[in-house]
Amino acid sequence: MTAVAEASASPRSGRGHRRPLLQSERAQGLALISPTLLYALVLLVAPIAVVITYSFWSQDYLTVDRTFTLDQYRIALTEPIYRDLLLRSLWVSLLVSFFTVSLAYPIAYYISFHGGRHKSLWLFLITIPFWTSYLLRVMSWKVILGYNGVLNSGLMGLGIIDEPSTALLYNTSAVVITLTHAWAAFAILPIFVSLEKVDRTLVEAAKDLGDGPIRSFLRVTLPLSLPGVISAILIVMIPTVGDYVTPKLVGGKDGVMIATAIETQFKRGANWPLGAALSVITMIVVTLMAASIVLIIRQAGRRIR
Amino acid sequence: MIEIRSVTRSYGTFKALDDATLTIREGEFFSLLGPSGCGKTTLLRMIAGFDDPTSGAILVDGQPMDGIPANRRPTNMVFQSYAIFPHLNVEQNVAYGLKRLRALAQVSLVGLGKRGATELSGGQRQRVALARALVMRPKVLLLDEPLSALDKKLREQMQVELRRLQQAVGITFVLVTHDQYEALALSDRIAVMFGGRIAQVASPKEIYQRPANRQVADFLGGMNFMKGSVVEANGATITLDTPGFCRVRTDRPAGFSGNGHATLGIRPERLRVLWDDARASHEISGKVVERHYFGEITHLVVDVPGFEKPLSVTETNDFGADDLPIGAAIRLGYDPDALVAMAD
Ligand SMILES: Nc1ncnc2c1ncn2[C@@H]1O[C@H](COP(=O)(O)OP(=O)(O)O)[C@@H](O)[C@H]1O
Ligand SMILES: [Mg+2]
Repeated sequence: MTAVAEASASPRSGRGHRRPLLQSERAQGLALISPTLLYALVLLVAPIAVVITYSFWSQDYLTVDRTFTLDQYRIALTEPIYRDLLLRSLWVSLLVSFFTVSLAYPIAYYISFHGGRHKSLWLFLITIPFWTSYLLRVMSWKVILGYNGVLNSGLMGLGIIDEPSTALLYNTSAVVITLTHAWAAFAILPIFVSLEKVDRTLVEAAKDLGDGPIRSFLRVTLPLSLPGVISAILIVMIPTVGDYVTPKLVGGKDGVMIATAIETQFKRGANWPLGAALSVITMIVVTLMAASIVLIIRQAGRRIR
Repeated sequence: MIEIRSVTRSYGTFKALDDATLTIREGEFFSLLGPSGCGKTTLLRMIAGFDDPTSGAILVDGQPMDGIPANRRPTNMVFQSYAIFPHLNVEQNVAYGLKRLRALAQVSLVGLGKRGATELSGGQRQRVALARALVMRPKVLLLDEPLSALDKKLREQMQVELRRLQQAVGITFVLVTHDQYEALALSDRIAVMFGGRIAQVASPKEIYQRPANRQVADFLGGMNFMKGSVVEANGATITLDTPGFCRVRTDRPAGFSGNGHATLGIRPERLRVLWDDARASHEISGKVVERHYFGEITHLVVDVPGFEKPLSVTETNDFGADDLPIGAAIRLGYDPDALVAMAD
């Protein structure tokens, strides 16, 4: 309200005229976004603040000791179990984003360059699997990869294996396969969008200047679509590190990831400060990894030229 | 150098290019001129190898281009949008097709090498596109309306530069343009196109002075048209009577059937106002009905008895054409040679 009043009351004289108007525009802008801002503050910043605060405390059974301590971080960083879980989570998310993007790129490329008039139909078809619940899709992977599952029966029917393989389910690869499938559409869309933005005459210009199809792709199309690749990697990688459902359902003992450990601390382990410290460390490491991947890809993009 | 043999390009039932045949000579500055949508780009893209004819053949340097991809043709292209690679700097753009760097000097880009491609002005982008194509040392340079995005002043400057460049490098240039003055000023020969068909291929002077048909005449500057009745048609010449002009003998227009009527035309600047008691061997007289001032010239519309439509006259302002009152009675002189007969 004050913002509006200020705007209408702004003086009309020369130089003095500008600043109050600008300020009030800014104030109006703030007023406009404030509901969203509040929402974000309450639901994002506040929980993170709570988690960070907890991570500097300690807990003995049910009593929380509020004196500042770095003990939880010491435990989280030195206990081999947590380090291994974190590394495995990072590794899984890296694998998942690599496979997802590698599979998504050709699909996005095909739709963008050869989709013709049916581009939106193709995109629509790609989203269809996502109309079902995520849990259902994970469960169906269980059916496919399980001991008596589709894959085992198929392989046995073809005579490739004699007895059902147990290597398919309840391990890290099962987690990777399931997650790769789960995130496919989220990778296809940003890559598709950035491929759509690649000016086709640039590709023609590359060919005109002597590049065959592969070279023109590597030197023009790929570098110009890198922003889409980077968003796809980030969109897939960041949530995957903290994924909790998939490892639980198809990961078995081998597929446990850091989120499971964090959950344990908050529930059965009843050590909230340790859970909080693990969460904070995971957040920091994910941020670092995401940033370095962006940098590496940018550098690689520059190298191709 | 380039032979286009009965080339047609259809999109469904629509023919973007319809049975085009023409030959472009080595070292020539050749223009494809026509209104927007007449198929100029379509033809140029087929020469470059980005598109294939539905039927017909294209030969470059005696080689059929059928099945040869763009990257293995001895042609290079300057795109209408310039197609500068946005992720590369000027130097990398120019050297894109090369294994090693060469100079940027030929098109005055010195000092811009490290500048990002997105930080260039229109004229500079055009130069980068030109340099990038020329360093490939093509046998033919294809230019798709390379100057249409520039403002008038810069465009005129670049026209001069383009012509000089072509003479310096001595390779064949094929220029697509919808600007008749550009085509007339730059080209050795011009192909005028309408609706996917080639209407006339000739030197600028011939196209301007002896347009093959009414459409060509109309597209290249103004023309006063009138119907003439045929008095005699024999061999290469015809004799016509016109309502206001004298009896004229002119070249028989291509596609003229024989008897009856033919269209005659005279350019507005070939009619000149006769001041005071100046005389001309051939004269007509009329009344000024409109006057439009264009700085160095004035455009008069003169009503002459006997003509269905008033005549357009362009006159320099040396003698006061810009001050002629509406309704003034004036006499116009003309040269019978300036009258051309053409097919409709
Ligand atoms: N890919 C296409 N599909 C359908 N019609 C096209 C296509 N490309 C060009 N055309 C049509 O062909 C005609 C000639 O186009 P073009 O050669 O670009 O004209 P211009 O002389 O302006 O360069 C136009 O009417 C255009 O609409
Ligand atoms: Mg065009």
